[in-house]
Amino acid sequence: METIQSFLFSTFRISTSIVFVALCATVSHQAGLTNMAAESMMLTAALAGVIGSAVTQNLFLGLLIGAACAVLITLFLCFAAFVMKVDLYLMSISLNMALAGATVYVMFVTTGQKANTAAYFNSLQVPAFRLPLIEKIPFLGPVLSGHNGFTYLAWLMVIVVWFLIYKTKFGLRMRAVGQNPKAAESVGVNPRTVYTISFMLAGLIASLGGMFLSMGYQSFFIRDMTGGKGFIGMAAATIAGASPLASAVIAYIFGFADAITNYSKLVITDAQFLAALPYIITVALLLIFSALKKKAADTAHRKRRLMALERGEAQAS
Amino acid sequence: MSKELLRMENITKIYSNGFMANKDVSLTVHEGEIHALLGENGAGKTTLMKILFGLEDYQEGRILIRGEEVRIANPLDAIAKGVGMVHQHFMLMEGLTVAENIVLGIEPGKAGVFDKETAVKMTLEAAEKYNLPVVPNALVRDISVGVKQKVELLKALIRGVRLLVLDEPTAVLTPQETRELFVQLRDLRSRGYGIIFISHKLDEVMEICDNVTVLRRGRVVGTGRIADLDEKKLSSMIVGREVVKTVDREAPRRGDLVLEVRNLSYVDDIGKIHVNDLTFAVHAGEVVGIAGIEGNGQTELSEVITGLRPATKGDVMINGQSIKGRNIDQIRKLGVAHISEDRLVYGCAPDLSVWDNIASIYLSSKKFARGPFLSKRELNKFVDECIEEFEIATESRNTPVRLLSGGNIQKVIVAREFTSGANLIVANQPTRGIDVGTASLIHKLLYKYTREKNVAVLLISSDLNELLNHSDRLLVMRKGRFNAHFTDLSRVTDELLGEYMLGVRSMTEEEMGNVL
Ligand SMILES: Nc1ncnc2c1ncn2[C@@H]1O[C@H](COP(=O)(O)OP(=O)(O)OP(=O)(O)O)[C@@H](O)[C@H]1O
Ligand SMILES: [Mg+2]
Repeated sequence: METIQSFLFSTFRISTSIVFVALCATVSHQAGLTNMAAESMMLTAALAGVIGSAVTQNLFLGLLIGAACAVLITLFLCFAAFVMKVDLYLMSISLNMALAGATVYVMFVTTGQKANTAAYFNSLQVPAFRLPLIEKIPFLGPVLSGHNGFTYLAWLMVIVVWFLIYKTKFGLRMRAVGQNPKAAESVGVNPRTVYTISFMLAGLIASLGGMFLSMGYQSFFIRDMTGGKGFIGMAAATIAGASPLASAVIAYIFGFADAITNYSKLVITDAQFLAALPYIITVALLLIFSALKKKAADTAHRKRRLMALERGEAQAS
Repeated sequence: MSKELLRMENITKIYSNGFMANKDVSLTVHEGEIHALLGENGAGKTTLMKILFGLEDYQEGRILIRGEEVRIANPLDAIAKGVGMVHQHFMLMEGLTVAENIVLGIEPGKAGVFDKETAVKMTLEAAEKYNLPVVPNALVRDISVGVKQKVELLKALIRGVRLLVLDEPTAVLTPQETRELFVQLRDLRSRGYGIIFISHKLDEVMEICDNVTVLRRGRVVGTGRIADLDEKKLSSMIVGREVVKTVDREAPRRGDLVLEVRNLSYVDDIGKIHVNDLTFAVHAGEVVGIAGIEGNGQTELSEVITGLRPATKGDVMINGQSIKGRNIDQIRKLGVAHISEDRLVYGCAPDLSVWDNIASIYLSSKKFARGPFLSKRELNKFVDECIEEFEIATESRNTPVRLLSGGNIQKVIVAREFTSGANLIVANQPTRGIDVGTASLIHKLLYKYTREKNVAVLLISSDLNELLNHSDRLLVMRKGRFNAHFTDLSRVTDELLGEYMLGVRSMTEEEMGNVL
C-alpha cells in the first residue's frame, strides 16, 4: 500500500517538468510552429535561477531571473527566425547544443566546477506544500498532498494554458495563425507578432520546467540536467494534437515511465540499461499510443461507413 | 451621377523579378456600381487588386478613395479605408468556427478574454442585415464552398467596407449558388456599395455588371458600359482576336472499353455516402460528361477512380485491370491522367517550378530516362513545348508555380496531364478560372485527343455550357446516383439539365438505357 502511494507520489513529482514542457510545446504548436528549443530554455532557466537566487538570496527574484533568461533566449530565437530569416528548426537545434555548452561554461567560470553547482551556490528552493483538506482523504491524500510548489503550479498551468488557447482573444489569434497565417494577416493579425508572443509564453512555461529541476527537485544545477525532457514534452504535445489537457495527461504517463525506472533500481542493477530505460519506455509508449489512436479512428470510420451503407440500402429497398 | 468611390490612376507595378504586371492602369468605380475587371490569365487583374488591398506595393501612379489620395500600407489599412477583398483562394481558418473567422482581428470582449457569445451575435446580426445566412457555430471545414463565400463577404462587410473586390467569386460556385450570390450583390449595389467583379464567365459579367475594364498584358485595352457590349465583343476585347467557341463535333467512333465502374460506393469517414452503387463505362474516343450540383459525389467519384480515395464497395477497371490494391502511381501507370478540382492541394506543388511540376510524372518512367538519370536536355525541350502549346504565361520554366496567376497554375496542370500519354483523362473542372481563349484551347484539345488519339475522357464540370458543348454522352449525378443519361445532347437544354440536377425530374433505369 505504502509503496504504491509513494510510487504514485513520485510519478507526480517526476512528471512536473515534463508537464511544463508539454504545455510549452502545446502553446507553440497551436500557433503553428514546433518548439524544438525547449531544452535550451529549460537549461538556461535552471542555471540562471540557481545563480540568481543564490546571489540575491531571494527566491522570487531568483525565479524571475531564471524565467527572464529563458524568455531572452526565445526572443533571440524569434529574432533569428522571423527577422533574420534563419531556419527556425536549425536555429532551435543549434541553440540546444550551444546552451548545453554555455551553461557548463558559465558554471565553470562562476564555480570552478564542471559537474554541478552544489558546493558553491546555495540555491533557494521552492518549498513543498501540504494541502489542508485533501491531505485527509484516505489513500489519495498522501499522493496528492505534500508536493513541491512547482508541481501544483504545473496543475494550475494546465488550466491557464487551456484558458489562454480557447478563451482569450490572443488564443483565437494564435489558433488562426497556426491554421492559416496568410488569412490571419489579411485581417490584420500579424503572424510574426503572434509567433513571437506565443514563443515567449512557451519559453516562460519551459523555464518553470527547468527551474523545477534545479530549484525544486534539487537545490543545485547539474550539467545537462534536463536530459532530453524538452523532446519528450514535444512528443507529448504532438501525440495529444496540441490539446493542453491531453498533453498533460500524456506527460504524466511519460512521468510514470520515469517513476518505473526509478523503482526498478531496486531490482535491476545494470546502470546503463537503467539510464536507457525511460527512453525505451517512452519510445514504446509513443508507438503504442499512435497505434491505438489510429486503430480507434479506423474502427470508428469503418463502423460509420458500414452503418451508412446499410442505412442507404435499407432506404433503397 | 453617383459619387466616385475609387479612382486608381496610372498604376504601374513591377514585381521584384522584373516582371511588369501592370502598366499605366486606371480604374474608376462609383457608388452603386458593379465594375467588371476582365482579362486573360496573367493579365494582371489580381495584381491590381492586391495593390488596392495593400498586399503589393506599386512603382507609379496614385490611388484616390472618395477623391482623397491615399497610400494603402497593408490589408488592415485597406479595410480601415473601406476596401474589402474576397480572394481568389479563400482566406479562412478551416478549424475555427464561422463566427470566429468573421470577427478575427476585431474580436469582442473585455480584458483580453474572447467573448464568444457577442461574436455569435455580431455574426447573426450581420447575416440578417446583409441577407447572407450562415451558422455561426459551424466549423468552416464543414460548410460548403457557397457558404464559405458568404463568410468571406460578411468578414468584409462587418468591418464596414464600402468597396468590395471579388476575385473570381463564381469560379467555385454552383449555378444555384451563383444566382444567390447575384441577388446579394444586387442588394449591396442598391445600398450604394461599389463592387469590383473579376470573372472569366462572360455571361455572368453581362448579367450583373454595369461597366467594364479589360486588361491585357498588364495594360488597359478597353473600357465601356456593359449595356453597349455583348459577349462576343467582350471576348475579342479580352483576347485581342475573335474567339470561335464552338467546334463542330463529329460523332465519336467508340473504341475499346477504357474505364469501367461496377457497383461503386464511397462512404467517407463521417459516414456520408458520396457515391452510391454506380455502374457506368467510358470507351476510347468518347467524352462522357458528368453534370450535377456540386457536392453530389462527382468529385469523390473522380477521386476514387484516380486512387485519391479508397472505394468502399465495388470496383473500378482501367484498361481491363482493377485498381484494387494499387497506389496512385500504379493507377496512373494503367493509363490515367487526372486534372483535380483542388489545384493547389492535389494538382501541383506550388513552391516548385513549372519544370519540376511537369517533369514530376516522368521521374520513374522510361520516356526521358538516360540510364539511371534523366535527360535534362530533352525534358527542358519538352517542358518548353508544353509552355508554348498551352500558352502558359511564365517568366521561364524555372519560375515557381505559386508566382503564376491562378489560371496559369491550372494550365500547368492541364499541360502535364494532357501530355502524359494516358488514354483515360479524368478532368474535374478543367477550365475553372481559365480565360476564354485558353478554355477554348483546352476544349479543342479534348476533342482532338478523343478523335485522333483515341483517348477516353471523363469530364466533370459545374459549367453546363461546357458539358453540353463538349461531351458525347452526359450523365447527371444527384446524391451519389445517376438520375439521367443523355446520348443525344443536341436536344438537351440548360433548363432541362437543371431540373434533373435539382431532382425535379429523374429518369427510370429503362429511360437511361445502357450506361455502359
Ligand atoms: N509575386 C510575383 N512575382 C513575380 N511575378 C508574379 C508574382 N505574382 C504574379 N506574378 C505574375 O504577374 C502576372 C499577373 O498575375 P495576376 O495574378 O495578376 O493575373 P490575373 O490577371 O489575376 O490572372 P488569372 O485570371 O489567371 O487569375 C502573371 O504573369 C504572374 O506570373
Ligand atoms: Mg487572378
